[in-house]
Amino acid sequence: METVVVGVDNSDASTRAVEFAVERAQRNDWKVVLVHVVPWSPYSFQTPSENEHRAGEKERETALAREQILDPMADIAEKGGVPHEELVKHGKPSDTIVDVAGDASAVHIVVGRTGDGGLREAVFGSVASRLVQHAHLPVTVVP
Amino acid sequence: MNPVEWFNDLSEGVTNTVFYSVSIAGADLPLIVVWLVVAGAFFTVWLGFMQVRGPKLSIDLVKGKYSDPNDAGEVTHFQALATAVSGTVGLGNIAGVAIAISLGGPGATFWMILAGLLGMATKMAECMMGVKYRRRHADGSVSGGPMYYLRDGLADRGYGTAGKVLAVLFAIFMIGGAVGGGNMFQSNQATAQIVAVTGGEDSFLADVPWVVGLVFAALAGAVIIGGIKSIARVTEKIVPFMAVLYILACIVVLVWNISSIPTAIGSIFSGAFSPEGVAGGAIGALIVGFQRAAFSNEAGLGSASVAHSAVKTEEPATEGFVAMLEPFIDTVVICTMTALTIVITGAYTNPDASELGGVALTSNAFETVLPWFPTVLAVAVVLFAFSTMISWSYYGMKATGYMFGDSRLAENVFKVVFLVFTVIGSAAALGPVINFSDSMIFLMSLPNLVGLYIMAPEIRNVISSYFDRVQSGEVQQVAEPVH
Repeated sequence: METVVVGVDNSDASTRAVEFAVERAQRNDWKVVLVHVVPWSPYSFQTPSENEHRAGEKERETALAREQILDPMADIAEKGGVPHEELVKHGKPSDTIVDVAGDASAVHIVVGRTGDGGLREAVFGSVASRLVQHAHLPVTVVP
Repeated sequence: MNPVEWFNDLSEGVTNTVFYSVSIAGADLPLIVVWLVVAGAFFTVWLGFMQVRGPKLSIDLVKGKYSDPNDAGEVTHFQALATAVSGTVGLGNIAGVAIAISLGGPGATFWMILAGLLGMATKMAECMMGVKYRRRHADGSVSGGPMYYLRDGLADRGYGTAGKVLAVLFAIFMIGGAVGGGNMFQSNQATAQIVAVTGGEDSFLADVPWVVGLVFAALAGAVIIGGIKSIARVTEKIVPFMAVLYILACIVVLVWNISSIPTAIGSIFSGAFSPEGVAGGAIGALIVGFQRAAFSNEAGLGSASVAHSAVKTEEPATEGFVAMLEPFIDTVVICTMTALTIVITGAYTNPDASELGGVALTSNAFETVLPWFPTVLAVAVVLFAFSTMISWSYYGMKATGYMFGDSRLAENVFKVVFLVFTVIGSAAALGPVINFSDSMIFLMSLPNLVGLYIMAPEIRNVISSYFDRVQSGEVQQVAEPVH
């Protein structure tokens, strides 16, 4: 069975991206991998007490992302009757989505056009545009 | 008796004990400095000159070449190193070096660099042990450092009671070091700098330096008691930037005086072995060089081990290799830059050097080429001082937590005491502050190094077995994902 990877966050465009991917998955007999990436850099500067609590913080961030972002998206896939899997990753969102697609031997990546990044996206460009430029497999950007 | 007088008396008593010196060739050699240098030399030989064999592995580890991608989101080697370095790089690199050269002449630089290179081995040993014996708490947080390896490591060898005593002694000294070198010295020098740029003796702050101390205490209090993360974050982000700016400014001064570089380097070497006009001659230069290097890079004191122990790794040895870079960055790079700048501009020959004090001397050196730089330096000093205070308040808090079973009350009492000393430090004279800071910080090396010597066989085992596994290819780099 072939796999489609959908990068999701807390935005409406993400919901539409999942709906789009689920519909294609039904027709093509695909498995849907929903991934949320918590923005994180291995080269940031932190205080010692932030470091002390980092491992616990990661667990909390992961649980929160599952509960608030991935669970509602998984419902869409569940209702659509397609096999699905949910992942929370930490890293640079565009690179991490490509890595996940590589690990899952995916045939396609789907993302919403605008995410919940707000100012960060306005300044540094959206995850969608980075994916379109850097991914080595087809990317669909859902408006 | 007012608090400042009281402190001056206390400082004198403690200093005379800790810096008990023997007279060699007319120079007073404090035994505690010998203690640290011998440890550096011992671990250099014992671990097989890892300073020479290991740096490539260290850098690969910092770059994440051995990090499991599934560990993304946890503390990386880079982050642990950056946090430890920002606690270490501070006034020792600016003021301490200036003091060393004004007392020991250019030759002190040579001994400082040598002490930095030896310190790499000690730092490697203590930070590896910090990771190996760290404690993981139920909420996922970690506590590590000499308290834990002294207690648990020695207990494993049947020295349970000795381990507990050493661990508690270490914790007490680290609290003292946090309050002294990690706080009062920082506050003192930062205040001096602020007074200097606002007009020196004519400054409206000259008669009321404690006002600056109060502002520092308020800001530090907002971070460590109020949990205002934004202040800490801003500092953590600006400090590396300031460090780079500082090094660039040093390079500008050096390039400006490029024709004098050979003479400066010559005077560093000749001054190391046959200095002119230095009390105690070569031994005098060696002592101040070693002493300032130890104060600056903290190798053998065990403090950095606390900061490094939060790293995510399954192999304690990895953090040893990473931590080894710290004395290199701190002493061999940054301190040497300061030293060259001071030597090349001749700032240390100022007859009033001892009265001017550390930062002013460095400031004068920059002023000869970059007239506007003293203001930037003042900002850098204040920020370095502040980030060092934040790091040391954490070390002190962890030590307090260790002694009182992680009691919140005890930790908060410590934080208040810490802030009170921030204010006292701003008002006290430089001499007693430096002496007290040095005493407390150096005392940490007593229990720490005793423990490291006893556990030396284990340290060598862990470090060399990891190194051998990397050499043999058993430990592989993580494949770079294809984008």
